[in-house]
Amino acid sequence: MSVLELRSISKVYGKGAAEVQAVRDISLSVPAGTMVAVMGPSGSGKSTLLTIAGTLEEPTSGAVLVNGRDVAAMSGGAKARVRRRAIGYVFQDFNLLPGLTAAENVSLPLELDGMSARRAHLAGIKALEDLGLGDRASRFPDELSGGERQRVAIARAVVGERSLLLADEPSGALDSVNGEAVMRLIHTYCKRGTAAVVVTHDAQLASWADRVVFLRDGRLVDQTVPPAGPESLLEQPS
Amino acid sequence: MSVRHALLALLSEGPKYGLQLREEFEARTGEVWPLNVGQVYTTLQRLERDGLVAALDGENAEEPGPQKAFRITPAGDEELGDWLRVPSDMSAPPRDELVMKILIAARVPGTDVHEVIQAHRTYLVQLMQEWTRLKEDDDGSDVAFALVMDAELFRLDSVVRWLDAADGRLRRAAADGWTPARTPPTIPALARRRRMGVVR
Repeated sequence: MSVLELRSISKVYGKGAAEVQAVRDISLSVPAGTMVAVMGPSGSGKSTLLTIAGTLEEPTSGAVLVNGRDVAAMSGGAKARVRRRAIGYVFQDFNLLPGLTAAENVSLPLELDGMSARRAHLAGIKALEDLGLGDRASRFPDELSGGERQRVAIARAVVGERSLLLADEPSGALDSVNGEAVMRLIHTYCKRGTAAVVVTHDAQLASWADRVVFLRDGRLVDQTVPPAGPESLLEQPS
Repeated sequence: MSVRHALLALLSEGPKYGLQLREEFEARTGEVWPLNVGQVYTTLQRLERDGLVAALDGENAEEPGPQKAFRITPAGDEELGDWLRVPSDMSAPPRDELVMKILIAARVPGTDVHEVIQAHRTYLVQLMQEWTRLKEDDDGSDVAFALVMDAELFRLDSVVRWLDAADGRLRRAAADGWTPARTPPTIPALARRRRMGVVR
C-alpha cells in the first residue's frame, strides 16, 4: 500500500478569464521507504502539488489517499489528525518558532496532539540526538547555523514516527554541502520506511530520490526510471 | 585526462615500478578511471624518451616490465609544475553535441524542441541518480573518490541547468513571436563570434 496516492488530481484557481489551472490530472504513488523528487520550472505546479499532498488544500477534482484512506471522506477532525500525526513538513525557510528552543520546536507538534509535555520533550530530545543535535537542544533558532536550523526542522517533521515527509525546497537556503546533508538525512529516513516527496529545482539534490518526476504547466511530463545500479558507471571499455 | 602528468606526479614522490604506478593511479582517482598496464608502460617509454623520467640503475634496469623502476628527472619536475599551474585551454567552446542537437531541434519542422530537451534532462538526472547512489554508502573517508564524484555531478548538473535555461529562453522567444528561420546573424556579429571561437 502506498503511503501517499494522488489519483488524477487537478487544481483550478479563479474563474472565467482569471482561471488558472495549476495542476492537471496528476497521478502519483509514493510507497513506504521511497523518496520522490518533483522538479519543474517556477509556476509548473510543484508547490500546489505538495500542499494538496499535505491535505492543506483540496484538489478541484481527483482523490488524495494517505495510508490508504481517502482524505475527502474524512471529517475535519480526522483530517487534522492525519496532518498532525502522519505528515511532516519541511520548508525552505525552516519555519522554526524563534521564541522556542530547538527541543521545544521539535516537541510542539506532539504536545499539540495531546501528548504530555514531559513525554513530548523526551521524544523531541531523542529526535534531535538522532540528527546529531543533542547538544543544541536548549539553543534558540537564532543561535544555530542554517544547516542546524534545517536539521531541527527535519527533526520536527519526523518526530512521532510520521509516515509521510513533505519538503518544499528543503535546502534552498543552504550551501551545497549543507544541502547535501539535508538530502542525506531525508534519504536515511526513507530507508527506515518513511515516504517522502521533495520539491526542488536542483538536480543534484533531486538525484537523491528514488524517482524524479518532472512537471510542466501543471502536468507530469516525464519521470526517471529506477537506476540500473552504480556498477554500470564504473565499467569502462578497456 | 593526462596519464602522462599523473604518472609524473606519482614519481615526484619517489621512484616506483610500473605495476605500482598503475595501482596508485587507480587508488588516487577513486578507482573511477581504470588504467591498462600496457598504457602505463607505453607512457613511461615516451616519458623516458623525452627525458622526463629515467630508469633506475640496478640489476633489473635493462629488463622491461614490472621489475623496472623509474624516477622523475629535473626536467620532469619542471614539466609537472608547468602543467599544474597553467590552466587548460577552455577559451573556445567545445563543439558540444547536445548543444548542436538542441539548436537543430529548434529548427527542424515537426520537432518539439521542448520534448527533445526533456528527454535529455531525464537521461541526465537519471545518470546523476546513479552517481548519487555511490555516495549513499560513502562515509567520506575516501576524499579522492568524493572529489571525482562531485566533479561528475557538477558537470552533469551544469548541463541540466543549461537545458533548463534553453527551455525557458526558447519559450520566451516563441512568446515574443520569434521563429527560428528568421533573422540570420549580421556580418559584424559573425566576426565577433569567430574571434571568440564560437564559429569556426
